[in-house]
Amino acid sequence: MSTLQVRDLRVSVEDTEILKGVDLTVSSGETHALMGPNGSGKSTLAYSIAGHPKYTVTGGTVTLDGEDVLSMKIDERARAGLFLAMQYPVEVPGVSTSNFLRTAVTAIRGEAPKLRTWVKDVNAAMAELDIESSFSERGVNEGFSGGEKKRYEILQLALLKPKIAILDETDSGLDVDALRTVSRGVNSARESTDLGVLLITHYPRILQYIRPDVVHVFYHGRIVETGGAELADRIEAEGYVRFGEPKEAVS
Amino acid sequence: MATLIQSGPAEHEVSLSGPGAQTTGSPAERFTSREPEAFEVPSSRDEVWRFSPVDRLRPFFEVFEPDGVIQADNTVPDGAHVDVVEPSSTAAFGRALEPADRVSALAMANATRGLHVRVDANAELSEPIVLVRKGISGRSYGHHVVEVGANARATLVLDHVGEIQIAANMEIVVGEGAQLSIVAINDCEPGSIQLSSYAAMVGRDATYRHINVSLGGDIVRIVPTVRFSGRGGRAELLGLSFAGPGQHFETRLFVDHGEPDCSSDVLYKNALEGENARTVWIGDVRIRPEATGTQTFELNRNLVLTDGARTDSVPNLEIETGEILRAGHASASGRFDDLQLFYLQSRGIPADEARRLVVRGFFAEVVNRIGVPQVQDRLLAAIEDELMRAGT
Ligand SMILES: Nc1ncnc2c1ncn2[C@@H]1O[C@H](COP(=O)(O)OP(=O)(O)OP(=O)(O)O)[C@@H](O)[C@H]1O
Ligand SMILES: [Mg+2]
Repeated sequence: MSTLQVRDLRVSVEDTEILKGVDLTVSSGETHALMGPNGSGKSTLAYSIAGHPKYTVTGGTVTLDGEDVLSMKIDERARAGLFLAMQYPVEVPGVSTSNFLRTAVTAIRGEAPKLRTWVKDVNAAMAELDIESSFSERGVNEGFSGGEKKRYEILQLALLKPKIAILDETDSGLDVDALRTVSRGVNSARESTDLGVLLITHYPRILQYIRPDVVHVFYHGRIVETGGAELADRIEAEGYVRFGEPKEAVS
Repeated sequence: MATLIQSGPAEHEVSLSGPGAQTTGSPAERFTSREPEAFEVPSSRDEVWRFSPVDRLRPFFEVFEPDGVIQADNTVPDGAHVDVVEPSSTAAFGRALEPADRVSALAMANATRGLHVRVDANAELSEPIVLVRKGISGRSYGHHVVEVGANARATLVLDHVGEIQIAANMEIVVGEGAQLSIVAINDCEPGSIQLSSYAAMVGRDATYRHINVSLGGDIVRIVPTVRFSGRGGRAELLGLSFAGPGQHFETRLFVDHGEPDCSSDVLYKNALEGENARTVWIGDVRIRPEATGTQTFELNRNLVLTDGARTDSVPNLEIETGEILRAGHASASGRFDDLQLFYLQSRGIPADEARRLVVRGFFAEVVNRIGVPQVQDRLLAAIEDELMRAGT
């Protein structure tokens, strides 16, 4: 049982405060949906937890099972059990996906996986996510389509087996079939490893496949409302107007 | 006839140093001569030498008495022949090379011995010709002549190790329909200086590939040139170098398209690490009025791993006919991409290992195109050593 705890987190980018006191607790087996308008700071929250150097934490705490996440290096956070499926996965030319996956899993587990079972595991995970085997020879995300990149993020999730995963708009850019495939991948990780999930999305549709325990509304740098799955439908119907003036009007 | 001069990077990500964007100043008509005295003694004001450490090269600017001791080890498969000759006694002497600088002219005039490498017409060599040159001491001239007969297929590996101080030319005549790959590996000891011109004359429908790898030595300055003697020729120039502290690796290439329907494809990648690590890449391509149907592309990428290193990159494309298929160039120099490193680290990979992955990935595109497995394996190992030594 693991718990990611975010307390009063404040984050700035180039002297602009983006996160203005975020409180959130995600434990193993739980799925939290996070919805909010463009620019409200959802990715900022995700990247800050993962340790992206562009973001400066100016206040608050993030802990994983009581350990101070903010004092960990980026790779230490991943090895502690955090995973971020990025909104815009990064291309790393020339680094083959197979080499990358093996290097990553070796780093996370602290030892190289046994070659025979590893190849089998990768192939099975790729098949489950409808990723063609030819991808193993390609560079990491190199020339992948938008949807392929998202699937590849979930492949990594399946192989790295984190404790808590943040999925930043993994559903954006997926066709209907891919959305089902990817959701199946996330659900099987939830079942097999008791994964805790923070699922950032704009669309209630993915929530029909990945049922959230709670839905949070993120607005202007903080969580402004928390409710059940029905909250997502209400947002779909009403938008975010009731949470305040349009963002532009707020100084 | 349309005349179009394009100079400077078409795509330029970061300009870390160097002449900025515009031009090499390389004249379309480059001066060549066999007469050393026709060239002034090089200085840093000299266009051709302005990026080079001329003070350290001074011993090569006047005639010297060669006293170099170099151990040779040749592997010559059936269908190929390697003889030691007086260079000017070969019929092909001067066919491909027109010296473009004083050092090359001096080597041509003063090299009394050189290799004559021949590949029989129609021969398909079962394995590469491998010429290992291990420098023991002293300073040398070299002038070698390579002739590949019509429709032959051959790979020639030149492996330079030990302590070498040399001014050398290699003339390469590729017969009609022949395919030749030359892989030159420069991996000498500290203190070594190699000044080498590789001049190729590529026959009708022939394919010439020149792959230069610079890893060791103080100064490696190579001047690969390609001309075509018939239509339909192809040239591929690849380069890979990893410059460490104080090392100067320079490439000045010139592809002279003067025949129709030929193509050239240039890809050079350099990584630099440490104080005063230095790479220079000058890529001149000229498409003459006769060279209709030309396709050419050149790309140079430089990865600067630490402060204190400097890289210059100057592509230069001169197009003198409107009737070409494709002509392009790109040059980019930069540091590590922070996003790439973040992505890899976010998967648990420690920072130093992430950097090594990125560097290996950077070189992979060139290594994979070399097409000579034993060279590729050796290079991957050498890159690994460099990375370990650099402690990146
Ligand atoms: N370098 C920067 N300087 C100033 N503001 C920045 C910088 N980088 C990001 N921001 C701002 O931070 C805010 C939050 O961005 P973030 O990417 O976290 O939003 P988001 O909620 O994920 O939006 P979306 O739904 O569009 O993905 C945005 O207004 C963005 O413009
Ligand atoms: Mg976002």
